[in-house]
Amino acid sequence: MKPLIIAFASGLIFGLGLLLSGMNNPAKVRGFLDILGDWQPALIAVMAGAVGLFAVVYALSHKLERPWFAERFHAPRLDLIDRRLLSGAALFGLGWGLVGLCPGPALVNIASLDGRILGFVVMLLIGNRLAHYLVGPVNKSQ
Amino acid sequence: MYQVLYELLGGLLIGAAASLLWLGVGRISGMTGVLSSLFMLTTREQWQRRGWALAFLAGLVLAYPVFWLLGGKIDIEMTSSPLLWASAGLIVGFGTYLGNGCTSGHGVCGMGRFSVRSMIATVTFITSGILTVMIMNALGVTV
Repeated sequence: MKPLIIAFASGLIFGLGLLLSGMNNPAKVRGFLDILGDWQPALIAVMAGAVGLFAVVYALSHKLERPWFAERFHAPRLDLIDRRLLSGAALFGLGWGLVGLCPGPALVNIASLDGRILGFVVMLLIGNRLAHYLVGPVNKSQ
Repeated sequence: MYQVLYELLGGLLIGAAASLLWLGVGRISGMTGVLSSLFMLTTREQWQRRGWALAFLAGLVLAYPVFWLLGGKIDIEMTSSPLLWASAGLIVGFGTYLGNGCTSGHGVCGMGRFSVRSMIATVTFITSGILTVMIMNALGVTV
């Protein structure tokens, strides 16, 4: 039960962070991406805070043999840089720029019950499964 | 400084959440991984292995009403058409599965782990996002 409570709390705090920072606001995100127009660089502070804190904790976690409530740390082992990674990231950026929402903030915004948000989330899941069946999971042994 | 106070505090909360999940259960808080995990919850063994993803998602979705109850101000400004939103959702879903991550997994956790793969993914999707906005502006697409 403890791992589930930790995961629930983490999801809740993550969502509160997205809401407090305004990352869930499509117009604000598009303003951040609009570097040649009316650029709103404030979201750099979100990344700085999040990456900075996690980097410190991650580095310190090497002193632990295992997580508090699990057998082992599941660190991604994949370090492959290939066409799959680049095309996937490029496609993601395209969709992100079109409307200004990435998966986390979209999930947070579900409770707004706005039709466009809900449509985005449904299509997000369909896109995920489409790639799963058409391309398949990444080969993690590489 | 005041202008970015909420952004910085929000970012620190995101970093704290990612740290909690890592230290607590040894998992990377990436939304793409969370979503993909939902489709794998088909056996009892998988529930034990990936049940955390569902709990994480429940917390994430509940953040909105909790933030609102705490008196937080929520802005969701968007004018794009439903068709554009649906297309973007499909593209984001496909692309993040292909690239194995999005802003949270590659952007926050991957960068924090100093993973070269995640850094290259992050630079790629931010560049692609910037170009998309630039082209839409040039074409006069109002969103």
